[in-house]
Amino acid sequence: MIEHFNPLEGKFLQILDKEGNVDKLLEPKLSVTELKKMYECMVLTRMADTKALALQRSGRMGTFAQVLGQEAQVAVGFAMQKQDWFFPSFRELGILLARDAPLELFYLTFMGCEEGNRSPKGINNFPLSVPVGSQTLHGVGVAMAANIKGHKVVAVAALGDGGTSEGDFHEAMNFAGVFKAPCILFCQNNQWAISTPRHIQTASKTIAQKAIAYGFPGIQVDGNDALALYAATKEAVENARKGKGPTLIESLTYRIGPHTTADDPTLYRSDKEVKYWQERDPIKRFKIYLQKKGIWNKKYEEDLVKRCAKQIEAAIAKAEKVAAATKPEDMFKYMYAEMTSELKEQFEYLQKNLEAKEE
Amino acid sequence: MSQLNIVEAINLALHQEMAKDKSVVVLGEDVGHEGGVFRVTTGLQKKFGTARVMDTPLAESGIVGTSIGMAAYGLKPVAEIQFDGFVYPAFNQLISHAARLRNRSRGRFTCPMVLRVPYGGGIRALEHHSESMEALYAHIPGLKVVIPSSPAEAKGLLIAAIRDPDPVIFFEPKRIYRAIKEEVPTKEYVIPLGKAKILQEGKDITLVAWGSMIRECQRAAEKMKERSISCEIIDVRTICPLDSETIIESVKKTGRCIIVHEAPRSGGWGAEIATRIQEKAILQILLVFAKP
Ligand SMILES: Cc1ncc(C[n+]2csc(CCOP(=O)(O)OP(=O)(O)O)c2C)c(N)n1
Ligand SMILES: [Mg+2]
Repeated sequence: MIEHFNPLEGKFLQILDKEGNVDKLLEPKLSVTELKKMYECMVLTRMADTKALALQRSGRMGTFAQVLGQEAQVAVGFAMQKQDWFFPSFRELGILLARDAPLELFYLTFMGCEEGNRSPKGINNFPLSVPVGSQTLHGVGVAMAANIKGHKVVAVAALGDGGTSEGDFHEAMNFAGVFKAPCILFCQNNQWAISTPRHIQTASKTIAQKAIAYGFPGIQVDGNDALALYAATKEAVENARKGKGPTLIESLTYRIGPHTTADDPTLYRSDKEVKYWQERDPIKRFKIYLQKKGIWNKKYEEDLVKRCAKQIEAAIAKAEKVAAATKPEDMFKYMYAEMTSELKEQFEYLQKNLEAKEE
Repeated sequence: MSQLNIVEAINLALHQEMAKDKSVVVLGEDVGHEGGVFRVTTGLQKKFGTARVMDTPLAESGIVGTSIGMAAYGLKPVAEIQFDGFVYPAFNQLISHAARLRNRSRGRFTCPMVLRVPYGGGIRALEHHSESMEALYAHIPGLKVVIPSSPAEAKGLLIAAIRDPDPVIFFEPKRIYRAIKEEVPTKEYVIPLGKAKILQEGKDITLVAWGSMIRECQRAAEKMKERSISCEIIDVRTICPLDSETIIESVKKTGRCIIVHEAPRSGGWGAEIATRIQEKAILQILLVFAKP
């Protein structure tokens, strides 16, 4: 399918339109359980994100990047397999949850606690990466390593439209192409990088077309359409696993909220634009789709919301407990496999001072 | 035992580690087919194949960034940067990721990689080919910085660096790449990182140095001997983590110390060593002097 969506020919993959009408020809074959999982993950993502905003406003959490409006991204996580690796930037709560990341890790990270980056063993989600674009190279590196070891493992690295201007993105694309690395570069083009619009990042008509210059396919997908994202990612992941090399997926979406909780988007964009995208909400259209299939009803929604709320409360309680138990020692303990004598000395000095303060 | 220079000793270490451990891979610009511009990786690709000895695109951030991924996945990449002046494009990857992957992930992911870099002056090359910026790297928590001073040292330290579970920057003093030949044991051996070596015992003054400056210190010590001044020479070997203890014990004994490095003097690693001596041995010292 991907080869039929050449971005240079203006092709754009959409399967579920904003009214919830599905393109029967392209509709991925997903079971009721799978569809429900996808929907439930989107709802959990939105609720957890909204709750995080409340925590931030009340001082229980630090600055963070909302995912609001980009929840269809969960489909990328569901199109991957457990043994695959995921490299997030900082706006991928949905993909992380779809890849079984415990929700408390999200809260911990933005409470300023590194425990949030300790992915459970067996879940190959890399730590969040704030230096924009830099994580793409790690994804390509893991894919190269999987190739060398002969493992059928695929790496997916996420970045934003702003990230495509960074040199590391281009080096990652180039290495991916040259080494035919089994990886996917997943770009969420939410059309803004803080206050900078997409057209200032690149003069290319699409981001997807950049892949062609690096010698592999790129596809532009409706990023508010979970079915399209699922279909494109699934195929790209399968291609990578079969040894066909990398794919660049451009997910055309929109950041409904501010860049972070420290940003004021009214300075650079209009309400009209936001409203246009609110009408293209990813959850709303998926709900209609499920309703038409007889999967969604009011009772289901009520139960789901209750379940999510409970899960979120439990995650926050756990995060706050873990954060409170963090010790100064942790700053030194994980710098090297074995604490160096220099660090030991500094740690003992700190310890002595802390004890003196307590007395 | 055979007589080897530094290039040959490093080459031997790479051959042996690659033969012993399948997870060791080599990558960099021109390192494969050609064997690197200094020929340090000669013969590796022929022996171990293109999958494990990779000629990469000309992109330093790409080399280091993908090495981080490979290391996290369980390989042990030994990446080469062609010259000291060309690591800077990869600095973000080194500081923001390689150095802190273990810490940021609370030990869940680690980065056991080696970055080999020919460094220092004295080869009559053009700009950007004679840099001595080791202090920049030693300042970054999470990295280890190793600088050998001779063929036998280079082999043992490189093997230790490859086997180390954390990222190691391995600076090779290119000025003496082929200038010194010495007996290098044929079998594998490890020189532990973080341990300085007293090269020569003395009682009047301690000379502290690393890399190609060791040779300068040895020459100076010979001259001093004619004037009946006895020099103790310490090869720091690993500037980070630094073996302050060995240095401080020596200075307590001699009372005087000169730290010799090639780097710009201000804010150099010599200043760090001088500080540590003054912190720990202030009452025993007559003079500490960091000299570029
Ligand atoms: C290398 C780097 N430069 C600048 C920043 C500051 N910064 C953080 S996010 C951001 C914009 C990112 O935009 P985009 O890649 O489109 O992702 P989005 O925030 O829209 O998800 C900037 C400039 C950074 N984190 N890293
Ligand atoms: Mg953006």
